[in-house]
Amino acid sequence: MSKTIKLKRGFDINLAGKAEKKLVENIKATTYAFKPTDFEGIMRPKLLVKEGDTVKAGTPILYDKKNDAIKFTAPVSGEVVEIVRGKKRKLLEIKILADSEIVYEEFNKFSVSDIESLDAEKIKEQLLKSGVWPNLIQRPYGILANPEENPKAIFISGFDTNPLAPDTDYLLKGQEQYFQAGINILKKLTSGKVHLNLNASGEVSSLFSQIQNVEINKFSGPHPAGNVGVQIHHIDPINKGDIAWTVKPFGVAQIGKLFLEGKYDTKRVIALAGSEVKNPQYYSIYTGACVDKLLENNLNTDNVRVVSGNVLTGRGIKKTGYVGYFDDLVTVIPEGDEYEFLGWILPSTKKVSFHRAFGLLAPFFAGKNKEFVVDTNLHGEPRAFVETGSFEKVTPMDIYPEFLIKAIMAEDFDEMEALGIYEVIEEDLALCEFVDVSKHDIQKILREGINLLQFS
Amino acid sequence: MKFLQDIFEKQKPHFEKGGKWEKYYYIFEAHYTLLFAPKDVTSKKGVQIRDAVDMKRMMMTVIIALLPTLIFGIWNVGHQHFLATGQEAATILDKFAIGAYAVLPIVIVSYATGLGIEFTFATIRRHPVNEGFLVSGMLIPLIMPATIPLWQVALATAFAVIIGKEVFGGTGMNILNVALTARAFLYFAYPGDISGDNVWTYFGDSLIGMSDPVQAFSGATPLAMAAADGISSFSNFWLSDAYTFQNMFLGVIPGSIGETSTLMALIGAAILIITGVGSWRIILSVFGGAFLMGYLFNFIYDINYTGQLGTGVKVAFLVGTIILFIVNQKFIKGELKAIIGVLAGMLIFTAVMLFSGAASEFMKVPAQFHLVMGGMAFGAVYMATDPVTASHTFQGKWIYGIMIGALTVLIRVFNPAYPEGIMLAILLMNVFAPLIDIYVVKANKKRRLSRATV
Repeated sequence: MSKTIKLKRGFDINLAGKAEKKLVENIKATTYAFKPTDFEGIMRPKLLVKEGDTVKAGTPILYDKKNDAIKFTAPVSGEVVEIVRGKKRKLLEIKILADSEIVYEEFNKFSVSDIESLDAEKIKEQLLKSGVWPNLIQRPYGILANPEENPKAIFISGFDTNPLAPDTDYLLKGQEQYFQAGINILKKLTSGKVHLNLNASGEVSSLFSQIQNVEINKFSGPHPAGNVGVQIHHIDPINKGDIAWTVKPFGVAQIGKLFLEGKYDTKRVIALAGSEVKNPQYYSIYTGACVDKLLENNLNTDNVRVVSGNVLTGRGIKKTGYVGYFDDLVTVIPEGDEYEFLGWILPSTKKVSFHRAFGLLAPFFAGKNKEFVVDTNLHGEPRAFVETGSFEKVTPMDIYPEFLIKAIMAEDFDEMEALGIYEVIEEDLALCEFVDVSKHDIQKILREGINLLQFS
Repeated sequence: MKFLQDIFEKQKPHFEKGGKWEKYYYIFEAHYTLLFAPKDVTSKKGVQIRDAVDMKRMMMTVIIALLPTLIFGIWNVGHQHFLATGQEAATILDKFAIGAYAVLPIVIVSYATGLGIEFTFATIRRHPVNEGFLVSGMLIPLIMPATIPLWQVALATAFAVIIGKEVFGGTGMNILNVALTARAFLYFAYPGDISGDNVWTYFGDSLIGMSDPVQAFSGATPLAMAAADGISSFSNFWLSDAYTFQNMFLGVIPGSIGETSTLMALIGAAILIITGVGSWRIILSVFGGAFLMGYLFNFIYDINYTGQLGTGVKVAFLVGTIILFIVNQKFIKGELKAIIGVLAGMLIFTAVMLFSGAASEFMKVPAQFHLVMGGMAFGAVYMATDPVTASHTFQGKWIYGIMIGALTVLIRVFNPAYPEGIMLAILLMNVFAPLIDIYVVKANKKRRLSRATV
């Protein structure tokens, strides 16, 4: 029985530069990178390749000594050209120069009926060695799922409400059979249900209309209604001791494809969006592609911030940087590194604010559809907490984010637990960071809290 | 504005690390950022864009919301001056001139003292200058009588900023409302200059050739009169039609500079609510709590003096409200629970009062008069909504607000020494606000724990 849950709290940030539904197929990035930093919880990475090695798509290149069953594999075939390390030799990127024709490692192939008879152990084995396992994220903590656990349920959010988020249906066009196969496989990994959460205000797409073996739930409301953490909170909240897994829709399809075709195929559709992109549209790439080809002759200005992911939770990358493992969006916005004369008080119709404070009322009268160009300026300086209530207004959960953040700052473990740290990860409180008048790094503080709890 | 920025940029190295004025960096920074919003950008991890509102803009919004009360206050000081000296024909400009002459020095002293201390602390502690005092510096003059000696303003401001705020760690960490701390300081240290019948009307001083034109003038506020002899005494005032509901609503009555006009406070409330800076929950609940408490006192007075209500009915009333209280504890959830809980508490109090047979003239003051007399509206709009010292949770805000309203009327009616209660009510609830939050959050934690199986 499907439930419809209406969320009222939250805030939609309507940015200019939405991707047009046009797909560019033949973009060939030359280099690809695997970034261990995309994953929370890799403790002691062990490299399996060195510069000069050749790999196929699906060849293991890295594993974590803390959890050596999970293999991270090459997204494309080619030659390992560079291994980039940062401070204290932290492993940042493994760059691969791609072959012109991708060669795949071969994994076991199953028919739809074969999958029915597979057991969890076999499934895990194939998932782990092929490199698709990292699609599974564990709640609490938002870290890589541990293959030894049996989650109480698996959650998939079928839509994305982040600023400039791509249309999930469009991303997965033509992948219906893989998606269904993926669901069937996931179903075997949990003793509970597989929940697929859809947008109640949109129409159900062809992709999801025929889907079976899942519990469908519908959500409506402003961002973060599309966040899987918010959805879990309303369907089956995570308590102390519970484990649930989440997968992004692309991950589900990738899992299905692995079993039906026997290959680790990282080909995916991503959106390139943002006010500084000349032609915001969709591109077909492989995971970890370099963005230089996408941005070539495609930027309005030079001083830009390229973000792998959306503007709330994404990561700033260079113009020659690489798309993250989980990202289906690259956003380009202006860099706001300029002084603005009386910028803190002059009335403006161009700035986005949740608060409507003096001089920023104009956007409110412009209506919901007005699109904004927003730069990366901090708009102020860090201060002590003064504003109250705004965090609660953008967090559609029965949680007091302000108190949770203060508990983390005080390193009070009992309080963190009691105030619901198990139910949130960075993306769930991203809007709090956006609206915070005192300009705290809420997401960073939250991760510190999660780490404290996890490793103590 | 490039040339101005160039000047700042040129001076910047002197204030930065290793420069000759290194320790004054934050004073330099405060001025620079006041003129130019800084160019700092978001970090590469976390949100890449930020809301356009910062602390400066938020505080500025409050100051804008305060302007109606300031402008009206200046006029009213002049108006009261001419009224008392018998020169009612004075032009509006004359009134503004006299008002400004009395009020502006207080504003200047308040800002100069407060900002001076803020800058000193910023230099010693090496932290940025906080914007909080921009608001406090305006609030302090508005809750003083126009006749307050300037040295007392300076002393009170210094006390409020240092003891009320900086010892707790600065803006955002204080427990008590800073402006009210200033007023409370004067109230206890120099009561003769801030209360009574003789401080509310500005007569002028000998410096500009003005001298007391009348001897033994009493400029009692409506609150003082109601406290002494009840509301019927309003018509015996030297100016018999002075204390009508309309006049008190508009604010053309003696009182603290910015506090007299309910209308201006409501305009300010509209600005605060539209901009989302002030909590409508608090404003509404303070007014609601005060009205209800006033109404309950009217009710108690009527029953205990004139009406005859049998013990049976009183008991039924008490039992009924206790049942309401229990039902609320068990079955009602969310913000409604907080509201009903406090209301039930007030009803139980009323029941007890009914049994005690208490009655005083002040109880007779019609409930709506409580909303327009004294600093009620000003306190509800500008003081109770201070986000730092108020409750932080939505449920807590309702409890906090209703309690302030109810306590204000309670203190007005029962405090024999001082007819106004809003200041003490807010300060008292400032102290309780964290406790309210603790209980609201505790309920949330309990919900989460009750789900857990481990």
